[in-house]
Amino acid sequence: MSAPALETRDLCKQFGALTVASNINFRLEPGARHALIGPNGAGKTTFVNMLTGALPATSGKIMFGGEDITQMAQAARTKRGLGRTFQITSLFRDLPVLDNVALGIAEREGVSLNVWKPASSYASIRDESMAHLETMGLGPEALLCVKDLPYGKQRLVEIAIALGLKPKVLLLDEPAAGVPSLESGRILDVLADLPKDIAILIIEHDMDIVFRFAQRITVLVQGAVLTEGTPDEIAGDQRVRDVYLGEGGHD
Amino acid sequence: MIRSGSYSGHARIGIMEALPWIAAIAVYFLLPEYLSLGARIMIFILFTLSLDLILGYAGIITLGHSVFLGIGAYTAGILSVKLNVNDPFLQLIAGCLTSALFGLVSGAVILRTRNLTLLMLTLAITAIVYEIGNKASSLTGGADGLPGVQVNPFFGTFEFDLWGRTGYVYCAIVLFVIWFVVRRLIYSPFGAMLTGIRENTPRMHALGAPVYQRLLIVYTISAGIAGIAGVLMTQVTQSVGLNVLTFEVAGDVLVMLILGGVGRIYGAFVGPVVYMVAQDLLAKQFPEYWSFGVGILLVLVVFFARGGILGLVDKIVDRARTP
Ligand SMILES: Nc1ncnc2c1ncn2[C@@H]1O[C@H](COP(=O)(O)OP(=O)(O)OP(=O)(O)O)[C@@H](O)[C@H]1O
Ligand SMILES: [Mg+2]
Repeated sequence: MSAPALETRDLCKQFGALTVASNINFRLEPGARHALIGPNGAGKTTFVNMLTGALPATSGKIMFGGEDITQMAQAARTKRGLGRTFQITSLFRDLPVLDNVALGIAEREGVSLNVWKPASSYASIRDESMAHLETMGLGPEALLCVKDLPYGKQRLVEIAIALGLKPKVLLLDEPAAGVPSLESGRILDVLADLPKDIAILIIEHDMDIVFRFAQRITVLVQGAVLTEGTPDEIAGDQRVRDVYLGEGGHD
Repeated sequence: MIRSGSYSGHARIGIMEALPWIAAIAVYFLLPEYLSLGARIMIFILFTLSLDLILGYAGIITLGHSVFLGIGAYTAGILSVKLNVNDPFLQLIAGCLTSALFGLVSGAVILRTRNLTLLMLTLAITAIVYEIGNKASSLTGGADGLPGVQVNPFFGTFEFDLWGRTGYVYCAIVLFVIWFVVRRLIYSPFGAMLTGIRENTPRMHALGAPVYQRLLIVYTISAGIAGIAGVLMTQVTQSVGLNVLTFEVAGDVLVMLILGGVGRIYGAFVGPVVYMVAQDLLAKQFPEYWSFGVGILLVLVVFFARGGILGLVDKIVDRARTP
């Protein structure tokens, strides 16, 4: 058996007295389509932030492809192939849409230390950025300032940036939340088309999306894993219904 | 309008960008009595440009940038007065390197912090270096500074003259070279990456950019350029004193940059020109009102023209285009 794409062992996070992650043991298999669900404030975003290194874990271990990355800086994890999108849109608002994607590709390609050649002369980076934007249906908006895009399209830019990093593991924090159905349909189509060897973890409140997309589901409640299983197992789990689905997410 | 490295824009040099150099040449021929002021302004443009690189492009906030000007200036002074090294280019390179080295070492410590802590550390470092400059009088001349700095004639021919012609041309050439380098840098992937850090640091981390290392690089470059400005100041005035290490100079350069327009290469040109010409015209006539006037001006800029003078020009041009 090959090592999991991403794994945590007894991962804990405390903000002062508040425990946001308690002994999370989690495995994301290579090529997985895995959903992480749980009520608001369950600690899902915090979990992702620890995986990417945006937040240090209080204790526990994080393994990426069998390598211990618990102490590794965020940028180094990204370079290893750990990509993410942000729940709260985090873009370069004053830059053109295309540059938002290109900055990530430039890091991936390792050209960011070049101080002499004009950035505009990197046709391959521009073309690749453009290709990712077209995948997201953003071709016509490529040269607009991000802040001039409607919210739904900004969410698509988030995904385009992540695609540009060509990650091995992709962590999607509520990619379709608050997005009009046209764009959320686009997001789902793109996710369905991603190469099968990318392992994907999606945090999502919309149960339709979760059950359409995921082959495994982990339920997080108050920082602890309540249960994990196939969509059918989760849908039939009374505890899950009580704490989460019962709140009216899925009908 | 793209003012830094962009993968979607272009990096061609526009016609307007010739203006500063045309102006510099015009001043040389038309206003010969202002050449020493002109040289001083160009030195401050260089200094402001170095600040723009870290503050305007990379978003590193500092109140102690004078430390790099001072280290460059004292390097040249000490070389000449204490070691009798009077070659102008040797002084220039040495001042650039010592200042850059100091930027690298101090940056390695302070760039791990951010915001107010960073601000306080820049102040602290400048205060400490000032005090060293004051106390290490056997090397720095203490409060008296180092008068009598010598600079050999350039290429054995062009001596610093009474009218400041050589100094002016020398400063113009150095400024031109550095401007060219900085402009390349700003439009490069490195410049684009810096803009990314300024706009959204957490996102740059997530894109795989080792932000600290990148900030340290640009801080070192900026320190080197500020050091060059310091060397020029020593060479042109043929002396160096503690004034180059003061908070006042650090504040002045910040005001000049804000006045011209932060985060744009020509903000670093316009700011010092306006500030220093106004100072020359007004401070002599109304010395008691100068600081007061600068204060009012800053308030006006901060409230009504956040982009400085060039930002204001942009707005006016935009408005004229869209009736
Ligand atoms: N930096 C922080 N400092 C202190 N508390 C925090 C911090 N970040 C998050 N929290 C708290 O941790 C808990 C979990 O937050 P988190 O954002 O991870 O939840 P979530 O499951 O992503 O919720 P949502 O579904 O609303 O996005 C919340 O109670 C939140 O207030
Ligand atoms: Mg969340």
